[in-house]
Order: sequence, then structure tokens, then C-alpha cells
Amino acid sequence: MAKRSLIVLALLGGVLILGVVLAASLGAVVVPFDQVARLLLSRLPGVDLSPTWSEGEEAIILQIRLPRVTAALVVGLALAAAGVIFQGLLRNPMADPYIIGTSGGAALGATVALLLPVQIVWYGFTLVPLAAFVGALAAVLVVYNLARVGPRTPVTTLLLAGFAVSSMLAAVMSFLMMLSGTGLRRIILWTMGGLGGGRWEQLLIVTPLILLGMGWSYLYAGDLNALALGEEQAAYVGVPVERRKVTLLILGSLLTAAAVSVSGLVGFVGLVIPHVARLIFGPDHRLLLPAAALLGGLFLVLSDLLARLLLAPAELPVGVITALVGAPFFIYLLRRSKREYGF
Amino acid sequence: MSEGYILEARGVDFSYYDGLVIKGVSLGLKKGDIVGLIGPNGSGKTTLLRILSGFMPPKSGSICLSGRDLGQMSRRDIARLIAVVPQELEMLFSFSVWEMVMMGRTPHAPRLLGARRGDREVVERVMERVGIQYLAQRPFQELSGGERQKVIVTMALAQEPDILLLDEPTVHLDINHQVEVLELLRRLNRESGLTVLATMHDLNLAALYFDNLVLLNEGEIVSHGTPEEVLQEANIRRVFEASVEIQKHPTLGVPHMVILPPPR
Repeated sequence: MAKRSLIVLALLGGVLILGVVLAASLGAVVVPFDQVARLLLSRLPGVDLSPTWSEGEEAIILQIRLPRVTAALVVGLALAAAGVIFQGLLRNPMADPYIIGTSGGAALGATVALLLPVQIVWYGFTLVPLAAFVGALAAVLVVYNLARVGPRTPVTTLLLAGFAVSSMLAAVMSFLMMLSGTGLRRIILWTMGGLGGGRWEQLLIVTPLILLGMGWSYLYAGDLNALALGEEQAAYVGVPVERRKVTLLILGSLLTAAAVSVSGLVGFVGLVIPHVARLIFGPDHRLLLPAAALLGGLFLVLSDLLARLLLAPAELPVGVITALVGAPFFIYLLRRSKREYGF
Repeated sequence: MSEGYILEARGVDFSYYDGLVIKGVSLGLKKGDIVGLIGPNGSGKTTLLRILSGFMPPKSGSICLSGRDLGQMSRRDIARLIAVVPQELEMLFSFSVWEMVMMGRTPHAPRLLGARRGDREVVERVMERVGIQYLAQRPFQELSGGERQKVIVTMALAQEPDILLLDEPTVHLDINHQVEVLELLRRLNRESGLTVLATMHDLNLAALYFDNLVLLNEGEIVSHGTPEEVLQEANIRRVFEASVEIQKHPTLGVPHMVILPPPR
């Protein structure tokens, strides 16, 4: 990777760490920034710092705030990376992580789980995230198989099959919501997305999955560049297009499903952060993929912070903030660049 | 490898749905050949190019590349030997010309590390060769048709291929750019021994720049040889259903066609 790219990523990573510490320090009880930083540092292996914070503060940071901030971080990483993958792969500026059915599948899965009278807990997962994860992957599997024509999966068919299956799943979900009675509010809240449900046990499984998915996708950053030439020309410069398409669809869907299982359906991040990153860092996926992911993480950490603070002690759905703050910023970027934004 | 062909089609048939669009085509390219593929619209020129480049497998028959069965080779291995210049390229995202030419290094670059110094040197060398260094930082999407065509050829050259296949390399260009692109191909052929096969619409240009022509009609090769051998009035009348008079080019002596419109 070019030196410039490494510097950009290091800077972004630094800002992201500051954002995480800031988000952990603010809330109903404010723990000063430097205290949080010291507390976090003391947890690193080989660092020995005497506590200058109370046990209560430690519990708030480590048991309440940090799981939530970490959840926002990994969900933001995953959704932005998945957005980059889907936009590049499907050659479509309106593609987001949910475009080929993950949202519909996840929402239906979660709805069913929310309406079931039983409670199952498995490795810190309640039934809802598990059902959302399975639902998302199942929906993608159905869409992919519907879209396949012989050995190929044409992008147009994929998009249309995704739309059709999503619509159908959404209709089934609406029907279930009609019948749900008292469960309705919980279902609506879940579909709006939120990060209050972050638990360490769950994050311990989801985070490695997301990091693995991102690392694996990065192997294909150069191929995503070549795919910008179109599928035929990508093949001529040596990319096994159909194989790559399947791999990237799986990776993107896995990232999305993992994110959805933590946060429900958080919108906007996966659609717009890739564009913002492309406007700032350019189209080269070797830089774009990690940079957009870091930007997505930062964006969601700060959005969730605002969602907690603005109407405290009440909480806004994080999706409200992401769109309310993110959309004007995106429009500003779009208008500011002197060149036409060449998707 | 028979008779020293580096790319050879043997008895190739192809159909999209029903009905063959390529019928029993056998064609061999030797190293250093520069061949024009001509024929009317729908005669199968582009299809044949896509089969020879391994993008679509033939329905029957086989393609041999440097003695290996093309169907058994990976895209990466093929891309190190064959580069293809398409008729049109719809580029996504505003990649710069330099970044785009670098994409030609995809089959050589290691997956994780991306471009190495050697790759950058190749990119600089081929850009200089074609004379487009001055475009390096411009976004490809903002270029004119002639500039774009040169960039795409440069990207293909960055693959360091033995064989260059081109689909109508001059079709949307003004004549100065047509001549420029064809001169470049001929220079690459003469100086580096690059094997060139290009489909051509303009028969006079084809006669001027290619040592050999292949005339395709309804998926079959009807004539194959030097421009003098292929561009005969009878062939043109039969295949193109057009009346022409074959003259000699005033300076090079190759066939030059003049169209004879129906009487008015």
C-alpha cells in the first residue's frame, strides 16, 4: 500500500480512538476524558496504572458504555465495508448492505423471534439477534439462487430478485405486526435500529466475525477496482468474475448479517458513508475499503453518542441521527467538489 | 502446438441460443502476425473475438493458447498472454488514467500488496510508449474518445501480453485518431513482435494496416489471406452486397475500394 494511504488510515484510526474515548466518557454520569483514557490504557497488557477513578465509574465505563460504543464501532465498520463491496460489485450507487434482501430477511427473523413466547439465550445471544442473522443470510441465499442464470448471476436480475424478495418479506412482516398486539412497539423499535443491546458476550463473537470478513474482503480490493471496468473487461485483466462475485456477495452479506444481529436495521451508514469516503479518498478500493470502514465506525459511534445525549434521559433511535446529521453533510460534500462526482 | 501457432481455433462452433453464430471456424495466429478481421454487421466478428479471448467457451471445437487448452486455463494465466481492447468501456468511478493503466497489472501484481515498483515501472514505460504521460492524473471519465481509446490500449499493454485482441479499435474516432491508433498497433507489432488481431469496419483502413485479412460471413470464414487476396470485387459483392471498384492505393499500392452507388 502506498505510504500516503497508510498515513491516511493511521490518522483515521487515531480520530476513531479519540471518538471512542469521548463517547465512553459522556452520558448521564460524565467521567472525564483523561480518566477514561487512563482506564482504557490500564487494561492493555503490560500497562500498569494506579486507578484514579472510582469503582462505580469503572463499572459504568466497562460494563455499560464500552459495550455500547464497541457495538456502534463494529456495526459502523461492517455496514460501511459492506456498502463499499455492494456498490462496487453491483455497479450501483444506490446499493446498500440491505439491497439484496438482508434487511427483509433479518427483520422477518427478528419479528418472529420477538413474537415467540419463549426466551432462549445462547452464548449471550437472545433469540432475536440469532434469528435476524439467520434470516438475513437465508434471504440472500434465496435471492442469489433466484437470480442465477446458468453459470452467471447478472447484476440486474440480482437487484430485481433482491427487491422482489425484500418486498415479499416486508409484507409478511407487516402482516405479523398487524397480529402482534403488544409486541408492535418492540418490533418497530428493532426495525429502527439501536445499539443499546450491545453485550460483551455477543460482541466477543460478532467482532471477530466482522474483522475476519473485512480482512478477507480486502484481499479482493484490487479485483473490485478491476470490476469498475465492467465484468467483461475485468475478466480480461485476469479476474475470475463469477467466482469473485459469489465470494464478495457472501462476505458482504455476512458483514451485514453480523451487524444487523447487534443493532437491528441501522440505515444510511452503509449507503452514504461509502460515497462520502469516495469523495474524500478517491475510488481506489485498496484505500477506500478500510477508510470507509473506519469512517463508518466513527460516524456511528458519534451518532449513537448524540442519540443518547440530545434528549437525555430519553433516547433517540440512532437511525434518526445518522440521517439527520449525515444527509446534510453528504449534500455539502457533493456540492462542494468542483468536478462532477463520477460514480 | 501445431505449425507454431500461439493462438489457434480448431473447428469452433458457437451459439447464443438457437442457431450457430460461429460455424466451424479454424484460424491460427503466429507470433508477430497482424491480422484484420472483417465482415458485415452480425457476421460474428465480436463473438469470435470473445471466444478467442476465453470469455465465452466454444460450443464445440477448441482454442489453443501457446499449446495449452484455453478452457483449462485460469483468467489470470490467460490475462498474462492475451489482452483485449473492447469497443466501448463504461468506466465506473473517477479513476485517474494512471490508476486505470495500473489495473492492467492485475494479473501480475500480488493480491495483498498491490502494485510493486516493477509494476509502476511497466506502467510508466507503456504510457511513455503510447505518449500519454501527460494524461496520467486526469480522470478517465473526462477524456475525449480518442484519448480514451489510447488509454485502454495502454492498459492492455500494461498486461505485457503476447497477443492483443481489439474490437473495432477505430470505430468512434476521427480520422487523425484512427490513423494514430493503427500506426501505434503497427509499430508495436513491428518493434516488439506483438501479435495483433483486430476486428475492422473500415475495409480501406484494414487494407492499409494489416498484413493479413480474414473475411467472416454468417459465422464462417469465406476468405483468408493478404489484402489483395481477400479484398476482391466478387467477395465484397457477395458478402457485403455492395458494388465496389478495387483500385490501388496511390502510395502504398494496397487495395483501395471505391464505392459504386446504384445508378440515380
